[in-house]
Order: sequence, then structure tokens, then C-alpha cells
Amino acid sequence: MSEVPGVSDAGALLLPDLDDETSAEFWAGTARGELLVQACGACGAWRMPPRPMCPACQSLSVRWVETNGNASIWSFIVPHPPLLPAYAELAPYNAIVVALDQDPTIRFVGNLLAAPNGAINEVDPATIQIGEPVRVVFQTVEDVALPRWVRR
Amino acid sequence: MTRGTQDRSDGGVLKDQTAVVGIGQTAYGKGLPDSELSLACQAISAAIDDAGLRPSDIDGLSMFSMENGREVDVARNVGLGDITFFSEVGYGGGAGCGVVGQAAMAVATGQCTTAVAWRARKRAAKTSRPWAQVDERLGGHQQWSRPFGVIRPVDEIALLTRRAMHQYGYTRDHLANVALAFRGHANRNPVATMHAKTLTREQYMNARWISEPLCLFDNCLETDGALAVVITSADRARDLPQPPAYIHSFAQSIPRQHQVMTNYFNDDPLVGPAWVCARKLWNRSDFQPADVPVAQLYDAFSPLVPLSLEGYGFCARGEGGAFTDDGTLEWPNGRLPTNTSGGGMSEAYVHGFNLILEGVRQIRGTSTNQVTDPACSLVTSGEGVPTSAILFRR
Repeated sequence: MSEVPGVSDAGALLLPDLDDETSAEFWAGTARGELLVQACGACGAWRMPPRPMCPACQSLSVRWVETNGNASIWSFIVPHPPLLPAYAELAPYNAIVVALDQDPTIRFVGNLLAAPNGAINEVDPATIQIGEPVRVVFQTVEDVALPRWVRR
Repeated sequence: MTRGTQDRSDGGVLKDQTAVVGIGQTAYGKGLPDSELSLACQAISAAIDDAGLRPSDIDGLSMFSMENGREVDVARNVGLGDITFFSEVGYGGGAGCGVVGQAAMAVATGQCTTAVAWRARKRAAKTSRPWAQVDERLGGHQQWSRPFGVIRPVDEIALLTRRAMHQYGYTRDHLANVALAFRGHANRNPVATMHAKTLTREQYMNARWISEPLCLFDNCLETDGALAVVITSADRARDLPQPPAYIHSFAQSIPRQHQVMTNYFNDDPLVGPAWVCARKLWNRSDFQPADVPVAQLYDAFSPLVPLSLEGYGFCARGEGGAFTDDGTLEWPNGRLPTNTSGGGMSEAYVHGFNLILEGVRQIRGTSTNQVTDPACSLVTSGEGVPTSAILFRR
């Protein structure tokens, strides 16, 4: 078990099911330090979240493309209690949505960190701006590498 | 406009063919001792009484997928007749007008003659707070948001709100306009949870945060209670005691590439399910937004109201915040008195079903914030989820 900054019981955090057949490849990518996007193996269209069929051409063929990990902040919030205990301990923290530089319609939910190994409640929320450029970093929680973001 | 004119293109076949002829509800509360099934049966029984019908007259059932009480149990408790139509609609708050409209379609096509639709909910029930259920590991769409602390519905909508503030210029004052208008209506509605509690702009601005930029008063209430309506044909409605609230237009929508609540993953996330629903609703209607004198807009969170005002065409895209200025939503003098019972934020939050009963009361002339002789009355269900809407007429 890894230690998560600011969290006494990382096991109480909500984590993805790594056996989910649709998204397992994404999480395998984050574990290698890669931010992958699912692309259609036939027409090449990118899609997020991952799914079995391409909505553009109905192909079941899938390939995973490594992105350059650069994005900009699309929106952000600062949650306060009542929250699940493991998150209440961190509150107020930030959560952000980012849009990828390579395709701004591909977005990820994450958190803005002051440093790659920082906690999700360290950046002063008053300083967060929509449009700020960020880059992906990966934080290991239990057996999952979560994509989070730092300013660039 | 001739009542019953059937334009068979684009769903117009349903126009004015059915009506809500009975409404019923339990008291609102917190920690009510009765089960959700019992509450459902009480509301349904009251609605049947209000319609001047007997339980054995009911042969259709239409309910939320999230209901804990099932059709067979409702039918056996309330003493309903032989049921020949039953159906469910999913997605929580988006389902309210959906279950009423599905019942109307069943009546109009002869699958049943008289149907009930309802919602019963207890805030402590497991199915009422799905965000607090901690599964071992997350699958599906939740895995893309919850690990990062976007856990509750308020967090999910707060992300869209911040974006609307940035992109459209929504302000906290706009959101306060919504909260204060609905509270004022609740203050004149004796059954509203917040009947006795006034709210000032200063209190709003100083309230504790729940998920910035949303504060306590941007959130709906949490309520135990049940509400039901009876739907029958326009022909039968004319022989019943209550003034019929005709179902003039009905629409549902799941827009393309929509994702429930966390709708951040398409080209234009601020264009929500309301937009497609509205296009169909107005296509099927003799009325257009400018003709609508009163509305009940789904308000689990205050920002859903300006987003819905845009989606349903009461103002241009991006102008929903400014539309709330100058008392627009306030009874009696506003251009569009909205959520005239207090809505989900100040009357009760029962997945928006109380909005449907208030929409019917406006047609009957029995609201405690009654608009003068409204020709029609709009009710919408959840924005941000697969949704539905009904336009009632006299």
C-alpha cells in the first residue's frame, strides 16, 4: 500500500476496478506513466470515456494512443463536507476538468497539485484559473496510478 | 386552436388526448416512520380519491425505476383492478414527466384506460443517496470522476456551474435570484418544508460552501414523502369532478453523446438534455415559450434553472443567468413565475414529482401562488440526466 499525502486510510478512497474490460488498458497505461486515449481502430476517432464501439463508424476495433499529457483547465470546484470520510479529511480540496491540447473535446477529471507528489488540497483555490495550462502526473494509490495535474 | 386536433407528425397524436384528473400526496417530513411502499400507496390512494374514481378503475401503472415498492405490491395494497399496462423510466430526477407521459401514451393508445404515476422517496433509503454507497471498486462512468473527489451530485453540477460562470457570465447573484424566488413562494405555501423560514440575499451570500461555487442554498432539500397523479382519457376526464389538466405536449430526451450527470465528455457540455426535449415539446405544441405564463423547472441545484431557461427557449443561450434578474421568476409580478410551490429547493425534494402536482394545480387554479388563468403550465424534469417535460393546458 502506498502512502497518499493527507490521507490516513488510502483504502477508503474510491478507486477504479482494474478488471473492467473496457477501461483496463487505460489503467495499465497510467501504471506505466502514460496517459492513453482510446481511438477507433477503423476510422481513428478518439473517444473518452472508453467504450466497446465507435459511435462514428460502429467498429469494435480499438487502439490506444499515447497523448503528450498536456491540457488546460476547463472547470474546477472546491468540495466541502459532508463527504465520504477519506475525502472529508482532505476537504476543502480541488477537483478539475481538463481538456487535452491535442483534442480539446477529450477531457479528464482530476486534481491540480502544487507538485507531482503533492496532496489535492495544497493549491490555493483562489489562484486556479480556467484555461491554465497543465501537464499530467501520476500518483499511485494502492494498485492504481491516478492521473493528476500540475501547472506548466 | 381546436382541442384534440391530431397532427400525426412528430408525436402530435398525443396532443390533449389525455389529462391528469387526480393528484394526491403524503405529508412531507424527515424520518417518516412509514416505508416507501406505504407512502406510495397512501399517495396513490389519495390521488384516486381526488379523481373521484375507485381503485378498481386503475388498470395502468407507470413508475420510476428507482422505486423501492414494486408494481405488484402497489396493486395488491391499493386494491387496484386488473393491470394491463406497466412501465418504468430510469435516471432518477429525469423520470418525473417521463412516467406521466408514458402513462398518457398508454391511455391514448388503449393499452389501459386510467393509469397512476408516482414517486415515493425517503432520504435515508439506500437508493436515495447512491453517492454514499461505497462499492469495493468503481466501474462504468463513475471511475472517471469519483477517484478525484467528484463524488456527490452537487460536485458534478458544480463543475458545469463554474464553466457556465466562465463561459456565460453566470454569477452567484443569479443563483441567489433563483433560491430567493423559490423561497418566497414556499413562504406562501403552508405545506412547504421551508414555509416558515425566510431567506435573505445576505444569508445566501454568507452560507457555508457545499461545493464551490455552490453553497448550501443552491441545493435542494432532502425530503421523505410520496406524490401521485391519475391520468385518463380526455373523454373520461370530462365526466370527473376535477378540472382536467390536459397533457398538451410531452417529450423525453437522451441527447447524442450524453453522459449522466458527469456530462463533460462531449463537444458542448453546457447544452444539456433540455435542448432536445424542448425542441420536441414545442414542435408538438400550440404554445411557444413566449406563451407560457408559469413554469416548474427541475431544481435539484439552482444552476439547473438558468440552464433550463436557456434549453427550453425562454432566453438565448448564455442568458439564463441574466434572465433571473429583476424578479423574473417571482410570483406574482415576474414575467415567468417559476416553482410556485417552492420547488425542490424550498417545498420538498421528491425527485421533482412535486413540480408535476404544482403544474396541475396552476391549471386547476388552486396554487397558493396562483397565476391568473394560465392557458398552459410547463413542468420539466431533471436537467443533466436523461430527461422529460410536459406542457399542461386547461
